[in-house]
Amino acid sequence: MIKTIAEINEKIGKGQAVVVNAEEVIGLVAKKGVARAAREVDVVTTGTFGPMCSSGAYFNLGHSRPRIKVGGGRAYLNDVPVYPGLAAVDIFLGATAIPDDDPRNRIHPGPFNYGGGHVIEELVAGKDVRLVVSAYGTDCYPRKRLETWINIKDLNEAVLFNVRNAYQNYNVAVNLSDKTIYTYMGVLKPKLGNANYCSAGQLSPLLNDPYYKTIGIGTRLFLGGGMGYIAWHGTQHNPDALRSADGVPRRGAGTLAVIGDLKQMSPRWLVGTSMLGYGSTLTVGIGVPIPILSEEILRYTAVKDEDIFAAIVDYSGSYPQMSPDVVGEVSYGELKSGRISLKGKQVPTASLSSYSRAVEIANTLKDWIVKGEFLLTEPVAPLPGVEEGITFKPLKERPIEE
Amino acid sequence: MAISKRVVLHFPSRMVEQPIIYRLVKDYNLVLNILKASVTPKEEGIMVLELSGARADYDGGIRYLQEAGVKIQSLGQDIMRNDARCTHCGACVVICPTGALALDPKSRMVDFNEDKCTACELCVLACPPRAMEVYF
Repeated sequence: MIKTIAEINEKIGKGQAVVVNAEEVIGLVAKKGVARAAREVDVVTTGTFGPMCSSGAYFNLGHSRPRIKVGGGRAYLNDVPVYPGLAAVDIFLGATAIPDDDPRNRIHPGPFNYGGGHVIEELVAGKDVRLVVSAYGTDCYPRKRLETWINIKDLNEAVLFNVRNAYQNYNVAVNLSDKTIYTYMGVLKPKLGNANYCSAGQLSPLLNDPYYKTIGIGTRLFLGGGMGYIAWHGTQHNPDALRSADGVPRRGAGTLAVIGDLKQMSPRWLVGTSMLGYGSTLTVGIGVPIPILSEEILRYTAVKDEDIFAAIVDYSGSYPQMSPDVVGEVSYGELKSGRISLKGKQVPTASLSSYSRAVEIANTLKDWIVKGEFLLTEPVAPLPGVEEGITFKPLKERPIEE
Repeated sequence: MAISKRVVLHFPSRMVEQPIIYRLVKDYNLVLNILKASVTPKEEGIMVLELSGARADYDGGIRYLQEAGVKIQSLGQDIMRNDARCTHCGACVVICPTGALALDPKSRMVDFNEDKCTACELCVLACPPRAMEVYF
């Protein structure tokens, strides 16, 4: 059985496509078997909704009268510094940027109540945001100061551009030390007080297409409540990470760089987020459709939490010290039971990624496809796979001799 | 009939120097457990109390507090979840010491049981989207 994306799109156009989410497909395969399910199902939808720090947005502000050259100057949105090192009125706002006068971790743990992620959420919600610019002034761009309210609807472009999202699997964070620590994986209580994980597991996009056989550059997806695209493989994309016999990575592996029009997104799916003692970030909703082109692809989408394993890492020691040690491995099935057994202790688990909202994303995408509002795209190039022999390199430090 | 209730007391600054709580024990025979207290001379004081005793004593004690000028709120309203901000991730469930915040294994959504909440506020800053709000 071989189907093509063009054939599936034809069925979507006629309102005949059979679409299920990556949770429903598990039961379907158990009931009907792979061959029959693969014949019947055209698309499996995935979803994930978690904090994704390597997110940001760029904007074209439009030119003021007289003109100002933001490039080379300084610019702020609601006191959050944006990157001005582009041309005259293009700026980039990163999710983790925080106001210059934020106390940070001076009194540890700092709350990090407001940052770039929150500005993105407010812009998407249609709220006015304060733009403050100081520039050096040139003959063609004479203005040196600018303070104004801006609104997303008045900007020429507002584009969400996230350089690393949708990690294919992730660490489970624990704390082996004897004091509480505050990390990007949440508050970790001492002596294995809790274990925090961050993946939608069986619903997560890249865990349903472990070898990137359908997901590639140009794939159209659900992004922040609107439609976006895969722009490139994400930073730190590491297909050669340790995998199970069925091909599913047991460590952080592939990643996606995604892009889309912020103006059609929604604050329900782009939520400004604060990690106590760590920083501010953005919780991003992503859902990728997987076309069922063959039985093999369907088999991958039927992966379940019990068969997906993640590494347990000590965030008080081996993580900050860049040591490769893992405390153990655990399945998402066990993690979702609320408790895991570790070093003779029953450790309560918590997720930073919302499973119920991931289901909602997969179902929204399903709805769009069933209604014919969302057609699949043919990738224009594949993501780098295991055959590329990519190695994930640490920083090579070399002393600078004066 | 015995009763046990959690209340939040607001003391105006002029009352902070009076032994109000002592009266609850001595005159009304109430058992009290202080869950949280912030009482500074010359400022408004806040105390979160669990009061237990006979119904008549409890009502008498509450009347005494009201007549003395203490503002009383029931605890349930003091920590509230802003449902529009909660993403149901579940980061709070290992932080909450009383099990007031717990994940429903079926819906995978976080339930907030206000009856179990002691208003310790540990969830407030541990919540990534800052959905837990304090109302005093």
